[in-house]
Amino acid sequence: MSTATLEQPPAEAAPIESFTVTFLIRRFDPDVDTEPRWQDFDVEMYPTDRVLDALHKIKWEQDGSLTFRRSCAHGICGSDAMRINGRNRLACKTLIKDLDISKPIYVEAIKGLPLEKDLIVDMEPFFASYREVQPFLQPKTAAAPGKERVQSVAERARFDDTTKCILCAACTSSCPVFWTDGQYFGPAAIVNAHRFIFDSRDDEAKVRLDILNDKEGVWRCRTTFNCTEACPRGIEVTKAIAEVKQAVMRGKP
Amino acid sequence: MPDSQARTLTAPTPAKERPGGTLYRGREGMWSWVLHRITGVAIFFFLLVHILDTALVRVSPEAYNAVIGTYQTPIMGLGEVALVGAIVFHAFNGIRVILVDFWAWATRHQKLLFWIVIGLWVIVMLGFTPRHLINVFSH
Repeated sequence: MSTATLEQPPAEAAPIESFTVTFLIRRFDPDVDTEPRWQDFDVEMYPTDRVLDALHKIKWEQDGSLTFRRSCAHGICGSDAMRINGRNRLACKTLIKDLDISKPIYVEAIKGLPLEKDLIVDMEPFFASYREVQPFLQPKTAAAPGKERVQSVAERARFDDTTKCILCAACTSSCPVFWTDGQYFGPAAIVNAHRFIFDSRDDEAKVRLDILNDKEGVWRCRTTFNCTEACPRGIEVTKAIAEVKQAVMRGKP
Repeated sequence: MPDSQARTLTAPTPAKERPGGTLYRGREGMWSWVLHRITGVAIFFFLLVHILDTALVRVSPEAYNAVIGTYQTPIMGLGEVALVGAIVFHAFNGIRVILVDFWAWATRHQKLLFWIVIGLWVIVMLGFTPRHLINVFSH
């Protein structure tokens, strides 16, 4: 085959159409407002833009007081979980083309955690539950000098799904049980407990199972599957919780 | 600031006023849980009343007969349809919840199981309702 050469100048690419999209953002300024209020913004968007781009455009071009968290903007840091059209999503992973732009797009803070300002909530109760399940490796024996702890492919696959968690709180703040009972550990903490309970290198599964065998532990889960639907990493959260429930009943992983 | 002043002149449309935030748009799993709760609480209150009226027979058989007699009305007949509907849903969905907790396949296919529950509910109610209403309205 001959090398492909440019015989004709490429036809001018059709300009990508942009749309005016209306965003209704639930705003709350603790210095001024007693109640959150809805404010609308019209933003010129491309279908390939994300909701995060719209928030940037609003903040940079229309209202600099709009407050939200974002760090990496690529679905890894887990900073920008918010309720978009009534569902928990990462703003940086939600494309405009996947939303119905004939209607306004509702954006509000995640539910069940104390609202601080606009789209920012206090994540401390969430991280407190996370810390309580001891989310770190606790082997009883030291690894052979100069060697790593060997694990088979099957042993690693056992907890692969729950290693993907980015702690964005989309699952925990989608849980109807968590909304009404802030003491519940919540899906994210159980997912991260699952990650170590089923790790063959870890020896303290029993401790974590005891922590989760609590009134506010795994038994609060009512299998509504909101967490599984909300997870931006596609973790089967409810399945992981069910596995922990069964491990608690067996008394071992 | 002129922008915010202009904004106050236009009255916000009612659709934009949702002080509590939007309703969370959960899917089959969440709605099955909501229905399970509602039917469960409704059945609990029915049982409470039912135990009390049955206990009346120990007080006096006449009082018991009088209370049971008031149940033989078409309105109560329709109420019985609602009661059976609630119990049938709660029973089938209860089996679904148990399967979801104990069987990995069911955890993955909970949406399908929900629609099976709805299907079974429709079949049972199609069998029960006409027969029951004929009894209620032919007396």
